[in-house]
Amino acid sequence: MQAKPVKDDTTLLPRERIAPSRMPASGGFLRALVAITWKDISAELRSRELLTAMLVFSLLVILIFNFALDLDPATRKQSTITAGVLWVIFTFAGTLGLNRSMATEKDRGCMDGLLLAPVDRSAIYFGKALSNLVFMLVVEIIVLPVYSLLYNINLFDPGLLLVTLLGSIGYVAVGTLLSAMAVQARTRDVLLPILLFPVVLPVILAAVKASTGFLDDLPFAELQPWLNLLIVYDIIFTAVAFMVFDFVVEE
Amino acid sequence: MQTKPRLLTVLDIVTVVMLLAATWMVFFYAPTEAVMGDVQRVFYFHVAAGWVGMLSFLVAAVAGVIYLIRGDRKWDTVGLSAVEIGIVFAFINIVTGSIWARPIWNTWWTWDPRLTTATVMELIYLAYLMLRQGIEDPDRRARFGAVYAIVGFLSVPLTFFSARLFRTIHPVVIGANAPGAEGQFDMTPLMLQTFLFSLLTFTFIFVDLLWHRIRVGRLADKVEQLRLKTIQ
Repeated sequence: MQAKPVKDDTTLLPRERIAPSRMPASGGFLRALVAITWKDISAELRSRELLTAMLVFSLLVILIFNFALDLDPATRKQSTITAGVLWVIFTFAGTLGLNRSMATEKDRGCMDGLLLAPVDRSAIYFGKALSNLVFMLVVEIIVLPVYSLLYNINLFDPGLLLVTLLGSIGYVAVGTLLSAMAVQARTRDVLLPILLFPVVLPVILAAVKASTGFLDDLPFAELQPWLNLLIVYDIIFTAVAFMVFDFVVEE
Repeated sequence: MQTKPRLLTVLDIVTVVMLLAATWMVFFYAPTEAVMGDVQRVFYFHVAAGWVGMLSFLVAAVAGVIYLIRGDRKWDTVGLSAVEIGIVFAFINIVTGSIWARPIWNTWWTWDPRLTTATVMELIYLAYLMLRQGIEDPDRRARFGAVYAIVGFLSVPLTFFSARLFRTIHPVVIGANAPGAEGQFDMTPLMLQTFLFSLLTFTFIFVDLLWHRIRVGRLADKVEQLRLKTIQ
């Protein structure tokens, strides 16, 4: 009675368990990617420390801008102000999230565990980037209606949402790579914005311009160059980060 | 101990002579520009410094790629040296541009695409130095430096294009000029000669400085190794 289950454990189950993750096929890559993203999301669902910080920070930035820029009804009708304030919030809150997300990996030695896992290194990059993107989008999905409510502006424009998505992808693609470098440096918390902002400037510029355009109901043809720029940036920097990520996490 | 190569000494002398000649050409050989007057003379070294800045950052990015492929620390020294030189020349470019812009545009600074790009470039490479300062392990420092030099260099053209979608007032002296550019002029042959000679001179300065800086970098590495040996 006792011998049979023991035999089953040693002969069948381990092989079944190990085989899928060691597979170099694309199925294994995708599964590893989803596993890493899911790990981040489930950790966040339990601790809620990252999203809470990002959201409270976003609200505080709205509050500060309200007084710093004196957002009276006349001023806030200008869509440049709206788009500008929104992207400043996303940029700063994004840095907070990126820093935290990589710091948890580093501090508790999780990064070493991930590196020891028999998966492609780029799966780690895409997994982390995807979870960072999810956090950023969650913050944006909450901040947009709150901003609409507080300033009585309708922000539910599909074009604006598209710009927000494209901008966030570019931001996270570079941000994940650079935050992986920043956490390994001595001055890590201060370093990420200094590394990230000058490189990510084209995204902010294009996103603010395109958001302003959509809020002003400009014809799509006028906004196309900005959207193209965002797409080009997303593609170039996802590809570059994919190629160099190996060197960043290598020990 | 390495002695200074003979060729480097020759290059030093040639570079100094060329710089003196270029300075003379800028002040006495090139004619005074009809509308802007003497302040236009800044243009020769302004463009040349900008060219050296761009060239240095290109060299740093290429050295970064080679370092990541080969893993030879020599290329890391090349990258760091190029970035240090590039920061200085990009700064000269910005300052001389400001001196010219004050009388011509009536402002020290404007957020024109080229000016924006130049500033962002300067900030990227300052960030590069800060990144390197924060890392002790030499191999990791070299790897991160290479990665950031590549990422930073790739973002520069995108910054330029995004800023250019705004209207520009910077003159384009070579090639087609954008409508609305202020302070443009056509070069006479004497001006063109001075300009090309300045470009050549600054390229020589770049090569000479890069060589010196790489030598210093290698010697610093050697000193570090010797010190580690004596400690052991």
